[in-house]
Amino acid sequence: MFRFIMSRLLVVVAVALTLSVVAFFLLNLAVDPAQAIAGEEADLLEIEQIRQRYGFDRPLITRYFEWFSGVLHGDFGVSYYWNKPVGELLLERLPETITLALMSLSVTILVAIPLGCAAALNPNTFIDRMALGVAVSAQAIPNFWLGLMLIILLAVIYPIFPVSGDKTLYHFILPAIVLGASSVPPVMRLMRTGLLEVMNADYIRTARSKGYYGWRLLLRHSLRNALLPVVSVLAVQLGHKFGGSVITESVFAINGLGRLALESILGADIPTVQILVFVFAFTFLALNLLADILNAYLDPRLRT
Amino acid sequence: MQFLQKFTAFGKIKKDLRDMTPVEVMLRKARLHKGFKFGAGLLLIIAFLGVFGPMILNLSPYEQDLTRRLLPPVWIEGGVWDHWLGTDGNGRDYLARILFGARISIIIGVGAACIGMLIGVTLGVIAGFFGGWVDQVVNFILTCQLALPGLLLAMTIVFLVGPSIFVVIMVIGALHWTLFLVVARSATKRIRSLDYVTAAEAIGASKLQIMLTDILPNLMNQIVVIFTLEVGVAILSEASLSFLGVGIQPPTPSWGLLIAEGKDALFYQPWLIILPGIALFLLVVSINMMGDGIRDITDPESSVE
Repeated sequence: MFRFIMSRLLVVVAVALTLSVVAFFLLNLAVDPAQAIAGEEADLLEIEQIRQRYGFDRPLITRYFEWFSGVLHGDFGVSYYWNKPVGELLLERLPETITLALMSLSVTILVAIPLGCAAALNPNTFIDRMALGVAVSAQAIPNFWLGLMLIILLAVIYPIFPVSGDKTLYHFILPAIVLGASSVPPVMRLMRTGLLEVMNADYIRTARSKGYYGWRLLLRHSLRNALLPVVSVLAVQLGHKFGGSVITESVFAINGLGRLALESILGADIPTVQILVFVFAFTFLALNLLADILNAYLDPRLRT
Repeated sequence: MQFLQKFTAFGKIKKDLRDMTPVEVMLRKARLHKGFKFGAGLLLIIAFLGVFGPMILNLSPYEQDLTRRLLPPVWIEGGVWDHWLGTDGNGRDYLARILFGARISIIIGVGAACIGMLIGVTLGVIAGFFGGWVDQVVNFILTCQLALPGLLLAMTIVFLVGPSIFVVIMVIGALHWTLFLVVARSATKRIRSLDYVTAAEAIGASKLQIMLTDILPNLMNQIVVIFTLEVGVAILSEASLSFLGVGIQPPTPSWGLLIAEGKDALFYQPWLIILPGIALFLLVVSINMMGDGIRDITDPESSVE
């Protein structure tokens, strides 16, 4: 188990290092940071002054190492657009995004798992086809449009929920539904195929012959094994939710990391954007590692 | 005895199928597959309307008439027959803008999926063919790509490089190739160990020749399925980018952009958002259903019924 975790950890560190290089060079080569700070109308002299003041005239590699050692020491650089340390910005915006991500994950779990179970227990019936229909539709509905439709229906025509904002948890319900819906199809499909497979296994037949049936059979015997792959997919989906928060947060005006990302991009604020790319990627990697470890812990067959 | 009867009956059905060429079998499956027929039919209708609709109706998506701004569709009170789906905030015909949007979506979806296919299949075939350290390097690239926040990166690059249809296609394509890679790699690994590849190697075919003439044609079925599904994904990505203001720029009518423009009129003119969203949904559903259908049709294991 220890060796398994160490080998996975090594891959995560290598990927994170590579991505830090990619994020830094891609963004710093795509745009001249001095020009971005000075604005469109600045003359060459002004740009040159800014370039020297911020140290942009030094080689890119030197700047990369400076930046990365700063990140390792917890110094994320200073945002030009917000005139604040990036670390401070992240901490301000983090709670909203975490709330949204966790709530939308709950929505996914509450919808996808019962739906997947119902479909697997009644294969090729009306219920199964309806579950498939839900999955197909959820896959094709653009996220931001679903958000706007829910606002029109449940906040304007029937004013049950607030239109936008992030003051109370109540404000997060609609955004959580929108962000959660995008993860329903893969989780539901996996739940369905997993449970179908398990229901045909020998040990389920044994349990049946011993007199187990219905809910007790499902909860005590089949669901446990069928949930194994679902757990790891849920962790991956949680990682996607951080990245996917960009759209949902801008539709519902939630001041989280996603909105920070959009505003920073529109302000050509490279220090913030490169940290956000790195943070989202790192969160995804960490959650994947967690899923791998969790799976190996739950299912000894996977430990290699 | 009963067993034998069943067996011969089974053999007879098999023999009928064996008389048909693979293409005939596929066509027969396609005719019997409801999802495929529905998806392909809907897609054909949308594509036809997008390409010929504006010409037949003689409508322009750019022509402004500021005296007729924000007219509702004909079925709502105040709508006029000159503008079936009403007009937008600049008095442009909404039907024409939505029909034109279909072109933009389809061009970007197909273009981006082509770029993704090029990258993914190339890497996948190379990794599957050579294996060993090459496979590990490709696997590392794949892990990196999967961890990258795709939408965020796409937004940043499109915004910094300058938005245009070409840039949007390239960026979306360059960020959506992982599925192609995974499928191409596993299929190549399987085919590589087959006898006819060994035979080709024995008669002295070069590695490139084997990859192009012996392996690639046999991947086509699976790649077509992934391609179709990726077109749908790319269309949704483009709509998201345009909605956030970092994709297709006005006045070009992209569906995502139309929804963004209608967002301010959410309370009073909700159809400005509802209509392009329905168009987007129908297009992506039709493409996904067609993709699922092609998967069933090209799968030799699937039943004909």
